[in-house]
Amino acid sequence: MTGADVLLLALGAVAVGSGVLVVATKHLVRAGLYLVLCLGALAGDYLVLTAELVAWVQVLIYVGAVVVLLLFAVMLTRAPIGASDDLDRPGWPAALIGAGTGLGLTALLVDAFRWSTVELPAAGTAEGIGEQVFRSWVLPFEVLSVLLLAALVGAIILSRPDIGRRPDDAASSSRTEVIR
Amino acid sequence: MRPVIPYVTAALLFGLGVYGVLRRRNAVLVLMAVELMLNAVNLILVTADTTVRAVLPHSGQVFALFVIVLAAAEIGVGLAIVLQLYRLRASVTVDDVPLTEPAVDRAGSTGARAGSARDAAAGSAGARAEAGR
Repeated sequence: MTGADVLLLALGAVAVGSGVLVVATKHLVRAGLYLVLCLGALAGDYLVLTAELVAWVQVLIYVGAVVVLLLFAVMLTRAPIGASDDLDRPGWPAALIGAGTGLGLTALLVDAFRWSTVELPAAGTAEGIGEQVFRSWVLPFEVLSVLLLAALVGAIILSRPDIGRRPDDAASSSRTEVIR
Repeated sequence: MRPVIPYVTAALLFGLGVYGVLRRRNAVLVLMAVELMLNAVNLILVTADTTVRAVLPHSGQVFALFVIVLAAAEIGVGLAIVLQLYRLRASVTVDDVPLTEPAVDRAGSTGARAGSARDAAAGSAGARAEAGR
């Protein structure tokens, strides 16, 4: 057991423990905060695994943006403060499928890697990643930028009901107003 | 460094994500469980990048960055859908989403409440099943 192993074990335990709380807690807001803990522990894992840029991007985008968006959604959907009992459906099938997937993958990976050891490479830098992104992976990178634009436009159109409505839907739109 | 430790962490997180997606009824919590699954995949990619000597160096980390960007786009569109659902139905319970809504919109009477529209959807689905028989 080297120092990296101990760190990986500790951070992995934190990530899995808070992951359990994310899917098991009765409090909506706490689920979001446990998700922060889980994603932060994973960022620590990336740091130990010498993926420095990925770790910081994880902190910036996941912990900084995605979780904030989720908490905004929790607030905008008027989630109850405190425990609520109607968050789950009765779920033996879910437990069965989830445990089957998780433990099956665990068995597969443990069987594949056993206790083989690997020397950690030198700490990665943003320079190496950037070189790869803009040399070998520049086409997927550009496609991703188009995808982000499409997602942006799609989100705007979805959240504005007055865009893209046909004239014959005027009656149903007034009905929507009534329901609101 | 033993690569089995992060690999097992990722497998367990993926299983938790699957469980959460199937178990939760609240759409926001379903999205959180999806994030758990995406992060498990990211951890696998980064670990593989560290432990496998590939032809192209750092490909795993580049893919992890791409997956993070995809997750950001997914969460943006997903939350737009969830908020629109809340605006229409005043609820984000995924069990209660009526899948036959457009047909009911045309046929339904004006001023129908959301609940009665849902009943009408069930009724029309039943009627169609009867006609099919």
